[in-house]
This record gives sequence, C-alpha cells and structure tokens, in this order.
Amino acid sequence: MSFLEVLYIVVPVALAYATPLIIAALGGIFSERSGVVNIALEGIMVIGAATGIITTLTLTNMGLGGLSPWIALLVAMVVGALFSLFLAVPAILWRADQTVLGVAINMLAVGLAIFVVRVLYNKGQTDFIQYRIAKENVPILSDIPVLRMFFINVQYTSFIAIALAFVVWFVIFKTPFGLRLRSVGEHPMAADTMGINVTKMRFMGVMLSGAFGGLAGAVYAVTVTTNFSGTTIVGQGFLAIAAMIFGKWNPLGALGAGLFFGFAQALSIIGSNLPVINNVPQVLLLIAPYALTILALAGVVGRADAPKSVGIPYIKGKR
Amino acid sequence: MMNKKKTILSALAAGLTLSTVLAACGGDDNEGASNGEGGGEAGDFKVAMVTDTGGVDDKSFNQSAWEGLTKFGEDNNLTENEGFKYLQSSKQADYQPNLQQLARDNFNLIYGIGFLMAEDIQTVAEQFPDNNFAIVDMVVDAPNVASITFKEQEGSFLVGVIAGLSTESNKVGFIGGVESDLIKKFENGFKAGVMAVNPDATIDVKYAEDFNSAEKGTAIASGMYGAGSDIIYHAAGGTGVGVFTEAKNRKKNGEQVWVIGVDRDQYEEGLPEDVTLTSMVKRVDTATYEVSKQTMDGNFPGGEIIEFGLKDDGVGIAETSDNHVSDEILAKVDEYRQQLIDGELTAPATDAEFEEFMKSVK
Repeated sequence: MSFLEVLYIVVPVALAYATPLIIAALGGIFSERSGVVNIALEGIMVIGAATGIITTLTLTNMGLGGLSPWIALLVAMVVGALFSLFLAVPAILWRADQTVLGVAINMLAVGLAIFVVRVLYNKGQTDFIQYRIAKENVPILSDIPVLRMFFINVQYTSFIAIALAFVVWFVIFKTPFGLRLRSVGEHPMAADTMGINVTKMRFMGVMLSGAFGGLAGAVYAVTVTTNFSGTTIVGQGFLAIAAMIFGKWNPLGALGAGLFFGFAQALSIIGSNLPVINNVPQVLLLIAPYALTILALAGVVGRADAPKSVGIPYIKGKR
Repeated sequence: MMNKKKTILSALAAGLTLSTVLAACGGDDNEGASNGEGGGEAGDFKVAMVTDTGGVDDKSFNQSAWEGLTKFGEDNNLTENEGFKYLQSSKQADYQPNLQQLARDNFNLIYGIGFLMAEDIQTVAEQFPDNNFAIVDMVVDAPNVASITFKEQEGSFLVGVIAGLSTESNKVGFIGGVESDLIKKFENGFKAGVMAVNPDATIDVKYAEDFNSAEKGTAIASGMYGAGSDIIYHAAGGTGVGVFTEAKNRKKNGEQVWVIGVDRDQYEEGLPEDVTLTSMVKRVDTATYEVSKQTMDGNFPGGEIIEFGLKDDGVGIAETSDNHVSDEILAKVDEYRQQLIDGELTAPATDAEFEEFMKSVK
C-alpha cells in the first residue's frame, strides 16, 4: 500500500473519531472557563445520545426522512442544556462540590436514559434508526488529488465540529461575552466589582456546555452506533475532558487535541497494514494513543494552566 | 471490612439453614422424575435465571436464554414467576444477591447468564451446596454447577465457508472483541472455514480489545474495507455495531461490502442498506431448554461441561442466510455441516489446532 493510500484510510478514520471529542471538549471549555468543573460531560453526552436517537426515531415515524437526524441534533442541544441545570443550580446557587456533583450526574444520566427508553419502547435499548448521518464523498472536492483525503468517506458533522472550534475561539477570546466569561472563571470577585453578574455568566457557561455536550452525544449516536443502549457512551466524555486539558482550555487547542487522539487511534488500527509499523506488537499500538497522551501532557505542551477559580463556588463579599 | 464479613457470615448461616430444607425437596424431585415418564410430571420443579447487565431484552444471549426457559415453562405447564422466572441485574454487584435470592426461594436450577457471572456462581454455589446452578459461556468447577459452553468454532466454520465462497476481492476480515480463548474459537473456526473452500484468500484479523466501543468498530472496519476486504465477520458485541455502521455507509456510497453477524440473526442490524450476509447463531435457548429438561428428569449434569455444537443444534447459521447467499453455496455449507457432525472434519478452536488443520488442508 502506498503512503498516499494509507492517508486516504487514516485521515477519514481520524476525523470521524475526533468529531464528538472536539464538540464535547468545546463544551467543557465553556463551563470551566466560567469557573465550574464539568465532570458531568459524560452524563450530558449520554442524555444527548438518547435524545438524538429517540428524536430521530420519532421524526422518522412522522415522515421527515433524512432530515430527522439533523433536527435531532438541535433537539439534543436543547435537552443537553436543560439537563446541565442539574449541575448549574446546585453548583452555582447552592455551592455544592462540583466534582462530586458531576460524578452523581453521570450516574443519574445512564439510569434516567435507560428508564425513559424502557417507558417509551418497553425494552432496554432502542431500535436502529433508519436515517443516520452517513459518511459521504463531498462532491467536486473529493476529486482533487491528495487533498481529497479530507473529503472522502467523511461526515458533514466533522466539518461542523472544526468550524465550531473556530467560532468558539472567536467567542471566547474576541467578544465582550468571552471576556466576561473568562473573568468570572479567573477572578470572580474582581469581575463582580466591575459589575459583571457572576451567577448569570456561570449559568450561561454551564448551559452552553450542556448544549455542546448534548450535541456531541447525539452526533456520536446518529453517526456511529445508530441506536441507544446503556453502553452507547462509555468514556467518551472523559476523553473529551482530557482533550480539553490537553488543549489548555483553548478551543483551537481542543481541536488539535481531538485530532491528535483521532490520529493516534487511527494509526493503532491501521498500523498493522503499514510497512514499518506492522513489526510492532499489536498491544503497543493499542496503548499508543494513551501513552502518547501521557507523554504529550508530561512535556510537549508544557504546563496546563486551568482557569484560576475553576471548582470554587463564588460567595459574594467573601475574600 | 467488618460489615462485609458479617454479611457473608449471615448469608452462609442462611444458606446452611435452608440447605437442610432443600435437601428434602431435591430428594423428592429425583424420585418423582424417575417414577414419571416424559416431561409432564413437572411437579414442583422450579427454574430461574439471572441476567447480566444487558437485561432480558438485550436482543442477545440473555433474551435467548429467557426464550428457552419460557418455552420450557410453557411445555411443562409452569407459571411465570413461580415455576420459571428471571431476575435482572442492573450492575455487576447485583449478580451475587440475585443468585442468593433465587437459591433461598428454593429454585431447583438457577442459571447465571454470561461469563461475567463465573465468580459469583462459584461463591453462591459454595454457599448453597444443595441447589443446582448452571453457567452459560464459562466453565465453573463445582459439583453443583453445570457449565454450558458452545462449539462456536463449528458455527464460525460454516460462516467462514460462506465468506470464502462469496468474497469477490478474495480478502475477508475478522474483528474480535477482546482476545481470549472464547473469541479465539470464533476466529480459528472462521479462518478454517474460509481456507477449506478458498485456500488463496487472505484473512485480515484484528482485535478491538473492547466489546463496547462502536467507534473502534467503525475505525477497524474502515481500515479493513479500505484495504480491500469485502466481507467482515465480527465477534465483538457492541463494538460490532460500528462494523455494521461502516458497512452501511460504504454500501450507500456504492461499494459492495458485507458483514457477518454473530450470536443471533443480525439481519435487522444491517438494514436499511441490507449488509448482513449471514449470521453465526448461538442457540442459548436450546441450551437452557435442554439442561432444564435434563435436570427435571433427575439428570442434572453437575460438575460437567456440556458443549453444544452443530449436532445438538446449539450453533448454526441464521435462517435469513438465503436472502443473499446462493443455493449453491448453501448446499456446500450443508456438506460441511454434515462432515462436522459426522466427525470427518474438526473445526479448530485454538491457534495450535488451526495450524494442524492447515497442514491437513495442504
């Protein structure tokens, strides 16, 4: 197999793998930049995946056809944002411990999702959806030599994820809203004295996080599994948190980290078809993504600086 | 720690007290069975199962096991929840209490479905030495436990024959969940089946090292299809869902690719693009039905390993296979089935056996 042929396989796999990770990591950034730890990303993704599938099934029944998974993505964003209130209200208003809360929400999410599926369909997992967001060859662009590696066998959601990374970067670093969001995460009291409503900003951060997390879960469900069960989302949310930290709480960093995870994963899978790598034992290839991550976190990207006040509830007037 | 010890002690005590009562029951049953002919004499025979976390409607082996018990119950005029019942486990920690509860409720035969329950069956079987237990897909060494296993290599051999004869690119793939003795049976049986009919074919084997990672499934399948395989056999549980997704996407874009399903007829998974070529079916229902019947007749195979193969209708190919597989190929499959049943041919289960097999082919 030639090098180019290898790339034609590796790049689409990496993009597909990275897509939900990037979106969820962007969600994590909104929440943590505002000062609220979001371990609950995993649970929010579960809810998003369940919503995505249930909505798609329902809309397909109503006759919306190929449009149903796309509408389902929007519905999952709304439901994800609402579900994140389970984190926002206790964490921001009642000053609960955010990490413990996140863990609890993750447990709640799986139970709740399965319960709803049981009530609706009277069984433990949903049927497979008829219309999913499929991998496609982008017209015209997929005919360009070499560059076509980015446009063959690709889901449009991958492009959406990459575009979102730039949009979120712009929002967080170039708009007044972003400045306020970052300020309440770094030094909420200073922000408060400047007249910024810390509670409101943090609510927005967490709910945006919920919307992105819901979208990520739904994207995963309608592109990869095409049904929902208790094991649809297992660990992707945590991997997204790792990507967020790896990317130093920067949207473009998260984009890079997500793609890096994707490539490491793709390489571990395609590796045995490559000339040099096929001499490496398979177990080493399988641990490669995680080993590379540890290496990267340990030195290559330098220190990962979290927002100063992340995880600390803001109490007005307290020094 | 103290608490845990106490619970175990009290469970033991309860077990001991009950065992005297149960011993009497067991004796009665055996007598009743030896007197009465056939399965009509159900008497007070009670059978139950504990599902693993997949639940009783997992479209897989839990559901299949329960179908076997339901049929057994109906055939013997047992009422649900009294004569036959199931307890659902929502997490791994539920296995042991569920098994204990059924043992205390005097069920004569209690199934643990799935290899994850092996340790718990072992523990509970020691606590309740007078109850009979059975485990599916795993071997537990205890005098009151029957271990039900399947000759997956035989069913896999048959789907291998189909793959070997159906492939147009002369390249097929196998995707396993976690590399283990169990999944090796699928792999080696499949490889042998392909090689038996098409010695020139290339077989690409890969393990995801995960049973629940659909994205790894899509990724590996994408790699295999990309490198030229046109049929992939998966023995990878939830990871296999991703294999189906990838195949459907490719077929939608005009590529002619297929998936071979596992454990049950996975025709439905292949829709709407219809990518399921055939499935290797494991008849857990046959197994639970048979073992229940034997036990009721007083022949509980305690301490034994019972292997269900082609001969016992324990494994096979899906009924929907004729949708995409030609009659010619199916006739060939029947030939091999007969050879396997007659013992003229042995499907290899381990790597060593596969090498032996290859020597005999060449």
